[in-house]
Amino acid sequence: MSTTGMLAAAGGSTPSIPAPHIEYGQLSPMLVVFGAAVAGVLVEAFVPRRFRYWSQVTLALIGLAGAFVAVVVLAAQGRGTTRMDLLAMESVAMDGPALFLQGVILLAAVVAVLTYAERRLEPKASSLPADAFAAQASATPGGEQERAAVRAGFGTTEVFPLTMFAVGGMLLFPAANDLLTMFVALEVFSLPLYLLCALARRRRLLSQEAAVKYFLLGAFSSAFFLFGTALLYGYAGSVKLGDIADVISGKAMMTPALLSTTRTDALLLTGLAMLAVGLLFKVGAVPFHAWIPDVYQGAPTPVTGFMAAATKVAAFGAFLRLFYVAFPGLRLDWRPVMWGVAILTMVVGAVLAVTQQDVKRLLAYSSIAHAGFILTGVIAVNKQGLGSVLFYLLAYSFVTLGAFAVVTLVRDSKGEATHLSSWAGLGRRSPLVAAVFALFLLAFAGIPLTSGFTGKFAVFQAAAAGGAIPLVIVGVLSSAVAAFFYIRVIVLMFFSDPKPGGPTVAIPSAFTATAIGAGVLVTLVLGLLPQYFLDLASKAALFVR
Amino acid sequence: MNSLIPLLVAAPLAGAALLLLGGPALDRFGHWLATALAALSFGFGLALFSDMLGRGAEHRAVGQHLFSWIPVNGFQADVSFRLDQLSMTFVLLITGVGTLIHLYSVGYMAHDERRRRFFAYLNLFLAAMLLLVVADNYLLLYVGWEGVGLASYLLIGFWQHKPSAATAAKKAFIVNRVGDMGLSIAIMLMFVEFGSFAFDPVFGGASRASEGRLTAIGLMLLLAACGKSAQVPLQSWLGDAMEGPTPVSALIHAATMVTAGVYLITRSAAIFNLAPDAQTAVVVVGAVTLLFGAIVGCAKDDIKKALAGSTMSQIGYMILVAGLGPIGYAFAIMHLVTHGFFKAGLFLGAGSVMHGMNDEVSMRHYGGLRKYMPVTFVTFGLGYLAIIGFPGLSGFFSKDKIIEAAFAKGGTEGWILGLCALVGTTVTAFYMTRVMLLTFFGEKRWQPDAEGNAPHPHESPKTMTIPMILLAIGSVFAGGLFALNDSFLTWLEPVTGHAEGNSPLAPLTVTLLTTACMLAGVGLSYVMYGRSAVPVVPPVGSPLTRAARRDLLQDEFNHAALVRPGSALTATLVYFDSRGLDGFVNGLAATIGGVSSRLRRVQNGFVRSYALSMFGGTLLLVATTLLMRSF
Repeated sequence: MSTTGMLAAAGGSTPSIPAPHIEYGQLSPMLVVFGAAVAGVLVEAFVPRRFRYWSQVTLALIGLAGAFVAVVVLAAQGRGTTRMDLLAMESVAMDGPALFLQGVILLAAVVAVLTYAERRLEPKASSLPADAFAAQASATPGGEQERAAVRAGFGTTEVFPLTMFAVGGMLLFPAANDLLTMFVALEVFSLPLYLLCALARRRRLLSQEAAVKYFLLGAFSSAFFLFGTALLYGYAGSVKLGDIADVISGKAMMTPALLSTTRTDALLLTGLAMLAVGLLFKVGAVPFHAWIPDVYQGAPTPVTGFMAAATKVAAFGAFLRLFYVAFPGLRLDWRPVMWGVAILTMVVGAVLAVTQQDVKRLLAYSSIAHAGFILTGVIAVNKQGLGSVLFYLLAYSFVTLGAFAVVTLVRDSKGEATHLSSWAGLGRRSPLVAAVFALFLLAFAGIPLTSGFTGKFAVFQAAAAGGAIPLVIVGVLSSAVAAFFYIRVIVLMFFSDPKPGGPTVAIPSAFTATAIGAGVLVTLVLGLLPQYFLDLASKAALFVR
Repeated sequence: MNSLIPLLVAAPLAGAALLLLGGPALDRFGHWLATALAALSFGFGLALFSDMLGRGAEHRAVGQHLFSWIPVNGFQADVSFRLDQLSMTFVLLITGVGTLIHLYSVGYMAHDERRRRFFAYLNLFLAAMLLLVVADNYLLLYVGWEGVGLASYLLIGFWQHKPSAATAAKKAFIVNRVGDMGLSIAIMLMFVEFGSFAFDPVFGGASRASEGRLTAIGLMLLLAACGKSAQVPLQSWLGDAMEGPTPVSALIHAATMVTAGVYLITRSAAIFNLAPDAQTAVVVVGAVTLLFGAIVGCAKDDIKKALAGSTMSQIGYMILVAGLGPIGYAFAIMHLVTHGFFKAGLFLGAGSVMHGMNDEVSMRHYGGLRKYMPVTFVTFGLGYLAIIGFPGLSGFFSKDKIIEAAFAKGGTEGWILGLCALVGTTVTAFYMTRVMLLTFFGEKRWQPDAEGNAPHPHESPKTMTIPMILLAIGSVFAGGLFALNDSFLTWLEPVTGHAEGNSPLAPLTVTLLTTACMLAGVGLSYVMYGRSAVPVVPPVGSPLTRAARRDLLQDEFNHAALVRPGSALTATLVYFDSRGLDGFVNGLAATIGGVSSRLRRVQNGFVRSYALSMFGGTLLLVATTLLMRSF
C-alpha cells in the first residue's frame, strides 16, 4: 500500500482497498465447524463444570453434522461437479475433491468425537465417570495436584473445541488454492493436534513426550513448507497454484521480473521438493515418518484414531491439489522422486511392522505402509488415480478409526493393554470384539470383500494404467509382507491360549459401540457394494483451477 | 416382477442367516421358519413362472442386474441374474421338492437336539443351488457351486459325532474340490478366450473361438460336472454321503447338488455344440456311469446305498443324453425333473422305513413291511414303478426319449449307446425290484437293534407322509404331462435348441424294446428274490457281486491310482520343500525379520535423531529432484 493511498483513506475519500468478496454459503462447512469451535471455547469459559461434558459433546456433534449437511447440500447443488468455483479471492477452491474430502473428514470426525465421548471404559474417579483424557492437563504427572484433580472428578473437556479447530483446519487444507492459505490451514489443524496428544489420562509422561516430539518435528517440517513457499513465490511471483502452473507451462504473461527469475529452474525444483517434504511429513511417508510410531503410541487412543484417519485425508488432499494443479507440468521431474518415496514407504512400513510388539505401534507402521499405497495412486497423475485415492482415503479412515476404537476396549488394571502378548486368546474370551478387530485387520491387509481390497485394487489399477508397473509390483509384495503381521495378530487372537490374568474386554457405552459399528458397516459396504462410492469418487475427481 | 428373482435366493439365505445367528431363541419354531421361507421362495418361483407363461416364447428369458462388484477396465464381475425356461425349470424343482423335504424333515428330525442348525443348513443348500441356477455369469455360478459344496459338506457330516459321517463329509468335499478345480480352470480359460464370464459374451463368442480351446473348456466343465453329479471318475463320494440324515440324501439326489452337473452342461450347450470331442467325452462318462451305478445298485444291501447307486446311474442317463447335443438337452432336463420327483419320493420312503425300523438300513433285515406301512408302501411303490419306466408313469416317458435319442446318435456309436441304455433299463428294473421285494414283501427278517429292542414298524407322522404322497403324485403324472404334445420340449427349445436325430429304429420299436428289457429285469429279480427265501446273512456271491458290494473297488482304485502316488509325490515334495524351498522361504522371512529388527534400532526415540533423518531426507529429495532435471 502506498503512502498516498493511506493518506487518501485517512482523508475519508474512496477507500483504495476493495472489501474482499466472501462466498459465505459455499464456505459454510468450514464456518460452521469454526463457529462450533469458538462456541466450545465459550462453553468452557462460562458453563458450570458439571454440564460441560454433555454440552461440549452435543455442540461438537451438532457442529459436525451441520457442516456435513452443508457439504451434502453443496454437492447436491452440483458444486464440485458441474459448478466449480474459486472462493474468497481465489484462495479457496470449491471442487469435487475438496467437497468429497471435506465430507470424509467430517464423517471421520463424527466417529472420532464419539470415541472421545466414551466414559464407561475408565474406572470412575470419585464416583464421577472418567474419559480417556487427563483430569487436569497442567498438573504434573504423578503429583499431588493431579491426584486432587482426579479426586475432584475434573476432566479436560477442552478436547472438543480443540478437535473442532483441528477439523476446521483440515477442511480448509485440501481446499486451499494458494500456498499461504495452505500453510495457514496446516498450522490451524496441527497446533490443536500437538496439544491433544499430550492429554492422555494414563501414561501421561509418554503422552507428553509424544506431544513434544510431534511439536518439534512438526515445526521443523512446517519450516520446510514455508521455505518452499517462499522459493516458489520467488520463482513465479505468485503463491496461487493456478498462477504457478501457468508460469511453469509458459502460458503466463512474461514480465521482465518473471523473465529473470524463471531463467533457471533451481528455485522451482528446490521449492517443489521442500513443499513435498512438508506434506510427506504429515502423511507419514519415509523418511519423514519417524514421529508416527512414537506419537501414535503416546497419544490418547481416541486422538490417535482421529489423527491417523483425518490428518491423512487432509494431507493427501493438499498433496493431490498441489501436484495435480500446480505441478502437473513438472511430472517428469517429481514422479521419479515420488516413486522412490512410495517404494521406500511401503517397504519400510511393512518390514518394520513385522517385529512390533505393541498394537498401537503396529497400527502406526501399518499406517506408514498405507501412506505408501496411497502414494502409488497419487503418482498415477490421471483422473483414475485421483478417484482411486479419494476412495482409498474414505475406506482407510473408517477402518483406522474402527481399529483404534477396538484398541480402547482391551484393558487391564493399568489401562489399555496394548502389548500384543496380552491379546493372545482374545478370540476365545470375546469372540465378537476379536472378530471385529480381525475384520479391520483383513481390511488393512486388503483381503477381498472388505473395503481395503477395493481401495488397494483401485489405486494399483490406476498406478498400472499410469505406467507404474514396478511400483505396483513392489506394492503387492509389501502387501504380502504386511499381510503376515496382520494375520499374525488374528492367529494370536484366535489360536493361542489366553494368558491367565490377561486383559479383559470392557463393555463400551453406545458412543464407542456406534463408532465401531460405523467402521464395520463402512468396511463391509465398501467391500461388498463399492459401486456407488467408486462412482462418487470418480465423479468428484476433477480439480478446479 | 423381475425384482423377485434376487428374492428367490434371498429368502432361504435369510433363513440360514437367521437360524444360525438367532441362537437358541429360535429353537422352538426355527424349523417352521425355514420351511416357510423355502415355501416362500417356491411362491416367488410360481409367480415368476406364471408371469413367464404370460409372455411369448421369445420373450420369456429375463434378467435382473443387482449390482457390479468391482467393474474395472476389462474385468467385470457382476451380480446379475438370468431367469429363462431352463433356470425356471430348476427353480421350480429346487424350491418345490426342497420345500417338501423341509416339511418331511420337520417330522424326521423332531428329536434331534441340533434341529435348528440342520434347517439352517438346508436353507443354505437351497439358496446356494438357486444362486447356481439363476446366475447370469460363470463367476456367480461358481459362488453358488461352492456354496452347494459347503452346504453338502455340512449336511453329510451333520452327525459329526459318528466318525464315519465326518469322514464321508470330508470325502465328499475333497472329491468335489477336484471338480471345482475344473470349473475354476474353465472360467479362467473363458476369461482368457472371451474376456468375460457372462453367459452372453461367452456363448456369442464361442463360434469365433478355436475348437481346441473350446474342447479344453468343455473338458474342464465336464470335470466339474463329474464332481458335483458323481460321475465316473469322481463318483466315489456319493455312496458314503448316505451317512447324512435321510432328508439330506433326498435333497442331494433329487433337487440339488447332483443335478448341478447336468445343469452346467446344458447351460454351456453353446460351447459343447462346437466341441465334438468334449461331447464324446461327456457321452462316454454318462454311459460308463450309467452301467457302473446300476451294477453297484444290484449288490448293495443297505437300502440307501442301493438308491445311491441308482441315482448315479440315472444321472448317467442324463449326462449321456446331454452329451448328444441339441437332440438330447431337453430330454436330459425332462428326465432330471421326473427323476427329481421319484427319487425324492424313494428316499423319503426309505427314510420312513428306517424311521419305523429303529434306523435299520440293511434290507436283509426288513421284509413284509407293506402291511405295517401302507402309505409308505404305496408311495414308494409308485416311485419304484416310475423309476423302472413302467408304461404310463413319469420315468417311462423320459427314459424312453433318452434311449431313442441315444439310438438317434446314429452309426456304431448310436448302437453302442442305445444298447448300453437298454441294458441299463434291465439292470435298473432288476435292482429296484430287489429293493421292493426285500423291503415290503416276503418273510419278516427283523432283527433287534444294538440295544436289543425289537423293531415295531409303524407308519410315519403326517409331516412325513404328506410330502411322500405329493411326490408320488408327481412321479405318476409329471412324465405324461411333459410328453403330452411335446410340451416340455417346446418349453425348453428356445434355450437349448432342438434337433431331431435319425434313429435307425422306429419310436414304437424303441418303446417296445425298452418295456421288454424292463420286464426282463423285473422277472429275473422276482425269480431270484420273490420266489425263494432271502438269507439274513448275505451269501458270498460271485466275484462281480463282491466287487460291486465294494462299489466296484472304486476306493481301492482311487487309493492305488491316486492316493498312494499322491502320498509319494507329497513325500517327495515335502522332502524338497523342507530342504530347498522352505529354506528359501524361511530364510526370506528371517531376512525380513532381521532387517526389521535392525531397522527398528533407527527408531531410537530421540527427537534429535528423527530431525536429523528428516533433514537428510530433505537433502536427498531436493538433490534428486534437481538431478532428475539434468538427465
